[in-house]
Amino acid sequence: MNRPCLIEASEICLTFGQRQVLQHVSVKVHEGEVVTLIGPNGAGKTTLVRIMLGLLKPQTGRVQRREGLRIGYMPQKLHIEPTLPITVRRFLELARHAGKTPIADVLEEVRIVHLLDQQMHAISGGEMQRVLLARALTQSPQLLVLDEPAQGVDVSGQAELYELINEIRTRHHCGVLMISHDLHLVMARTDEVICLNKHICCHGRPEHVSIDPSYLALFGRKEAESLAIYTHRHNHHHDLTGHVVESRHD
Amino acid sequence: MTDFFVRALAAGLLVATVSGLLGSFVVWRRMSYFGDTLAHSSLLGVALGILLDMNLQLAVVVSAMLFAGVLLLLQRNKTIATDTILGILSHSTLAFGLLILALSDTVQVNLSGYLFGDLLTVSTTDILWIFACGVLTSVVLARFWIGFLAITVHEELARVEGVAVERLKALLVMLIALLIAVSMKVVGVLLITALLIIPPAAARKLAHTPEQMALGASLIGCIAVSGGLLMSWEWDTPAGPSVVVTACAVFLLVSLVQSLRGDGAQ
Repeated sequence: MNRPCLIEASEICLTFGQRQVLQHVSVKVHEGEVVTLIGPNGAGKTTLVRIMLGLLKPQTGRVQRREGLRIGYMPQKLHIEPTLPITVRRFLELARHAGKTPIADVLEEVRIVHLLDQQMHAISGGEMQRVLLARALTQSPQLLVLDEPAQGVDVSGQAELYELINEIRTRHHCGVLMISHDLHLVMARTDEVICLNKHICCHGRPEHVSIDPSYLALFGRKEAESLAIYTHRHNHHHDLTGHVVESRHD
Repeated sequence: MTDFFVRALAAGLLVATVSGLLGSFVVWRRMSYFGDTLAHSSLLGVALGILLDMNLQLAVVVSAMLFAGVLLLLQRNKTIATDTILGILSHSTLAFGLLILALSDTVQVNLSGYLFGDLLTVSTTDILWIFACGVLTSVVLARFWIGFLAITVHEELARVEGVAVERLKALLVMLIALLIAVSMKVVGVLLITALLIIPPAAARKLAHTPEQMALGASLIGCIAVSGGLLMSWEWDTPAGPSVVVTACAVFLLVSLVQSLRGDGAQ
């Protein structure tokens, strides 16, 4: 990929006490590229993202960002103290640099203008994710970092949410680094899948990763098939190493 | 009305106004135990001030700031749980303070004045201290309000957006320490956190935004101070406890009205 790099983590290692959490992990996100992190629970996905955001320091390895990179971050979950009354409007106004992008525009973009004066405590899971997305957009991001964006969203809402994320990415030309379990929904639009289980098991384009033996070992055949179904165009084959080869039959 | 009553009212209203604003953060950030610890440790400040023959108000302010700094540093060390650290410091500083006061037989100190406060003996100098603290706090809060709120609602989001989280946290803690130090004489070591917590808790039920809650807390605090002082005037009750009891009554009243109406503000 020739597009300029937005953020690069290289050779990240981290241990919590005795437990190795990340071993020599390197990740790059380029302009306009969608990178999806997948992996079982406890694989270190969120930890890696937190390191890339600068919220956590790795023991070795480093993170380089493009100078002045604007990041829109959507955390996994937002817990607001029940003692803190706050409306969606006030929540969005708390964003740093708020005002550069009018709140109404941001809400329009994620289609929740009607929630403006609702209490944050009173909105549904799906609406909450959209509010968080709106907060990320207030930063006019060049890179969106999404930690399980569809968590707590019902099945029909999930597809819509990912559709929305894709629209936003196309409109703002931003790179996306995302953790997701909803492989069947995100893979078709993903440029690079990184399969993480403390170390990087395999990575590459989704159709390559889906037939990688280490991926199959981690997720089992059923998941792998769903991944393959949604990404394969069935106009080519792969050889044993996963490289695309020209169609031979028909 | 006599002079001492006017002074008491002025000091009480100033303290209530500032503690409504800062107390809201104490409630939102679950810092009530932190406030307790600072209040207890300020008695050690009084004792040290007497021992070193310093201006007592200055000694209390300086020691409260120091303790706040120490607590901030200790909290970063994650090997002991925060509430354990606070528990150790809270009670051992109180004990040290009491010991030193008992051993320094040169001066007789009105201990209960510090433990329970005495609004009715507030001097003009005390009011000036409180006023200065109030002005400083208001200026800092006005300047950094959005930042303080942002780190309170979601610290990591704020950090990613480039907010200087650690600096703001330290600043907020220092403001709380300052307020506790200067208002100790008004309601006393044992009751100061009540004024930080009860008015915001009452205001929560009526508020839709953080600002409404903070200003509402100031207003409820002022009602509690006025009510408490009237009670003290009428029935000759101790002023500090009367204020806290009034605040508690307001809280109960608001809760009752809310539950009768069937829903909260949220």
